[in-house]
Amino acid sequence: MVLLLAALVLLPLYWLGLTSVSDDAKNLTLAHYRHFLDDPSFIKPFVTTLWTSAAVGIACVLVAAPMAWLVARTDLPLKRTIRVLILASFVTPPFLGAFAWVLLGGPNAGLINQWYYALFGLKPFEAQPLVNIFSAWGMVFVMALYTFPYVFTFIANSLDLIPSELEEASAILGAPPWRAALTVTLPLVLPALLAGFLVAFLQSMTLFGVPAILALPAGIDVMTTKIWSLFQFPPQLGLAAAASLPLLAITVLLLRAQAAIMGRRGYSIIGGKAGGVRLLRLGPWVVPAMALFAIVLLCSIFLPYGVLLRTAFVKNWSAPMAGNLSLEHWRFVFFEFSQTKLALANTFILGITAATAGTILATAVGYLSLRKLVWGHRAIGFLATAPVAIPGIVLAVGLFLSYTRPPLVLYGTLWIIFLAYVTKELPVGYQQVAASLKAVHPELEDASRIFGATRLRALWDITTPLIRNGVIATWLFIFIGSVRELSATILLFTARTKTISVAMFDLRESNDWGPIAVLSITMLAITFVVITIIYTFTDRKPA
Amino acid sequence: MSHPWKLIALAGLIALPAIAQETTPAMVAAAEKEGKVVWYASVDVKVAEAVKKAFQEQYPKIEVEVERTGSERVLQRINQEYGSNIHNVDAVNSSDASHFLFWKQQKWLAAHTPPDVQKFDAQYKDPDGFYATWRASLSCMAYNTNLVKESEAPKGYKDLLDPKWKGKLTKAHPGYSGTALTGTYALVKVLGWDYLEQLAKQNVQQLQSTTATPKSIASGERAVMVDGNEYNMFIEIAAKSPVKIIYAVEGTPFIASPLAIFAQAPHPNAARVFANFLYTPKIQQLLVDIGGQRSAHPGVKEPADRTPLSKIKLLPDDPAGMMPQVADIKKRYTAIFGN
Repeated sequence: MVLLLAALVLLPLYWLGLTSVSDDAKNLTLAHYRHFLDDPSFIKPFVTTLWTSAAVGIACVLVAAPMAWLVARTDLPLKRTIRVLILASFVTPPFLGAFAWVLLGGPNAGLINQWYYALFGLKPFEAQPLVNIFSAWGMVFVMALYTFPYVFTFIANSLDLIPSELEEASAILGAPPWRAALTVTLPLVLPALLAGFLVAFLQSMTLFGVPAILALPAGIDVMTTKIWSLFQFPPQLGLAAAASLPLLAITVLLLRAQAAIMGRRGYSIIGGKAGGVRLLRLGPWVVPAMALFAIVLLCSIFLPYGVLLRTAFVKNWSAPMAGNLSLEHWRFVFFEFSQTKLALANTFILGITAATAGTILATAVGYLSLRKLVWGHRAIGFLATAPVAIPGIVLAVGLFLSYTRPPLVLYGTLWIIFLAYVTKELPVGYQQVAASLKAVHPELEDASRIFGATRLRALWDITTPLIRNGVIATWLFIFIGSVRELSATILLFTARTKTISVAMFDLRESNDWGPIAVLSITMLAITFVVITIIYTFTDRKPA
Repeated sequence: MSHPWKLIALAGLIALPAIAQETTPAMVAAAEKEGKVVWYASVDVKVAEAVKKAFQEQYPKIEVEVERTGSERVLQRINQEYGSNIHNVDAVNSSDASHFLFWKQQKWLAAHTPPDVQKFDAQYKDPDGFYATWRASLSCMAYNTNLVKESEAPKGYKDLLDPKWKGKLTKAHPGYSGTALTGTYALVKVLGWDYLEQLAKQNVQQLQSTTATPKSIASGERAVMVDGNEYNMFIEIAAKSPVKIIYAVEGTPFIASPLAIFAQAPHPNAARVFANFLYTPKIQQLLVDIGGQRSAHPGVKEPADRTPLSKIKLLPDDPAGMMPQVADIKKRYTAIFGN
């Protein structure tokens, strides 16, 4: 088990490290790093990556913190609906959001700008557009829209664990609610805020689709697009490896920082779920509170989904709808476009196999490491969590280097993408399974063993039913994560092993928005159907 | 030939049954047994799928797998695949004619002259029979007629440096598009890199494909197209989009877009049936009529509303001259305009 995990996780990193310090003749060299440091075409994307990711982190915290507080602490109406909609933003692939926002926020033809020009009697090109999505800030905006749910969940969970008695105490002492929120609640959730910021930072740093769609047309590069461009022919693998390692280093550092923040024991108040939480009455404040949710969800869900639907059913996306309606794009995608069938099949094969293999692996790893059953159980746990620190595109560079050479030439097959998905999703799966396993005390198994059951029998009869929901949820997470994957696939696919996400990316390069919209809707429909099925089967209500 | 084993190897090569050039019933039968042909192409995806549909109407038992992407991406994918010993592609079309020189040098291509190609002028085919111009187009300028009055439209490339065009231009990328690369090479010869450096200051929308820029001005996202496929313009005009072509006073780059078959094609017979079919007057006429292409086939008629090539000042392509400079052009361009 240790060896399997080590091969999965460490082999790509080994080749990555080695390639970054080797020249063509396989001699040791630091030339690639020197090139990286000397060449402004590397430094600039690096700086852009850092500041835009920081901006996304700050934006996410600013938006998600009040949202989480309102949901956890006030009598806000429609909470369930709101949670479902935030979940919907969470499962929307960011590159789909970027596609939609091109159609909404293109400076001249984008629908929002068209409305704006029409409303104020302005002319495109003469007036400044209301939004220009093809910019670094446009990229930050779209990234934040699909990253804030992480931060929201972080903070909401943390608030659930903090008893509201302290806030009430402050209220009894005469402080108004806003003061209690600022002076009592805020310091208590500060670690969660910081951790949320770091998660958002990491998420946006590793995205490929959004910058490729929104920043490249404005001539702006980030690290992921830069690494991708190094893979264009002839591929500059040494440089790509050298450019990947700083990303890896930053991720490791930030995750350590996050662990340190979350692991601080100073807040002993957080522990065990408190009794009833007294909900604050919003009164007239309900209006601005709901407005906040309305605006955010409008931008992340309603407008993008709306524009994708509209685009899928009209001939010319930027023209008025009247007389423009057509099923042409659907006919094209499902009856003419050669890649639909192949890409859909590949996506499903990969999604199902990666989810199944990933779940089995995560469950085995979780059980062995938590119950300390084998030698090296610590190493197992560590290796299973380590890929969280490997950005998708960096993992892809490593896998490419590992599996384009003997003994295992996997490039050109679905296997290499399968490995990428399993490795990438392993930490999520492991954490899911571990969480459910931790809830099952070993005493239960021990009891069964005292009555003479073998360990396997105890596992099957006692533990399995108890962690079933957790395991199914793991499968769901990995499946959804795989179906939407772009940043690793973009370096690993070949014509035969194309996925839906890559097919959409190819269509983007020739501005075929109609077919893109059709495929986007298809992808979203698949995602939501899977989620509904899983929730029905496991009888889980949306968080 | 001092070593006897070399002779044996040579004899082995000669003994291989040569595959016929003409589509024979035996070839069709073999192709149907192979069941499909894998075609990497840089032509607009809808045109590619229309060609596929026409082929399958005639040969319903042979599936066509179209892999459409930009020419430079086609090159990258094939070279990456061949570098990893993956032989997936049967037939290839790219708008960067220098690719075919490269693949020919690498000895990756199969010599195959479709019957119709024998009627082509010599300039449209490889003397050794490895490839021939399947389609041709121009990399033209154009504008949106709702956003720009005809009297104010630019006449040529130099007009685009006028400050009034700032933020209104859209352009394709030579790192992705063979048409843009061939066009950039031709343009730099006439105007120099200075011109592109000044153009970059105009806040140009940098797209990837020359099939994308016509769609950008058709949607009104930008007003003037610096380079884009003439054939996409014809398609837009046929769809009544508010756009008009400009043939620049400095000249318009001519883009030959050849087709070839790979020697290690996994479906060699299907590839040949497919290639032969692609040069027939029927498909060549289809390319011209619905694909907006120019054809090298003498039997093809151009629609009356298109300006004939003889009336346009052309900048001829020069794949052999461009080939050694390709990497440099891409690098310089990216340094000026970004990726």
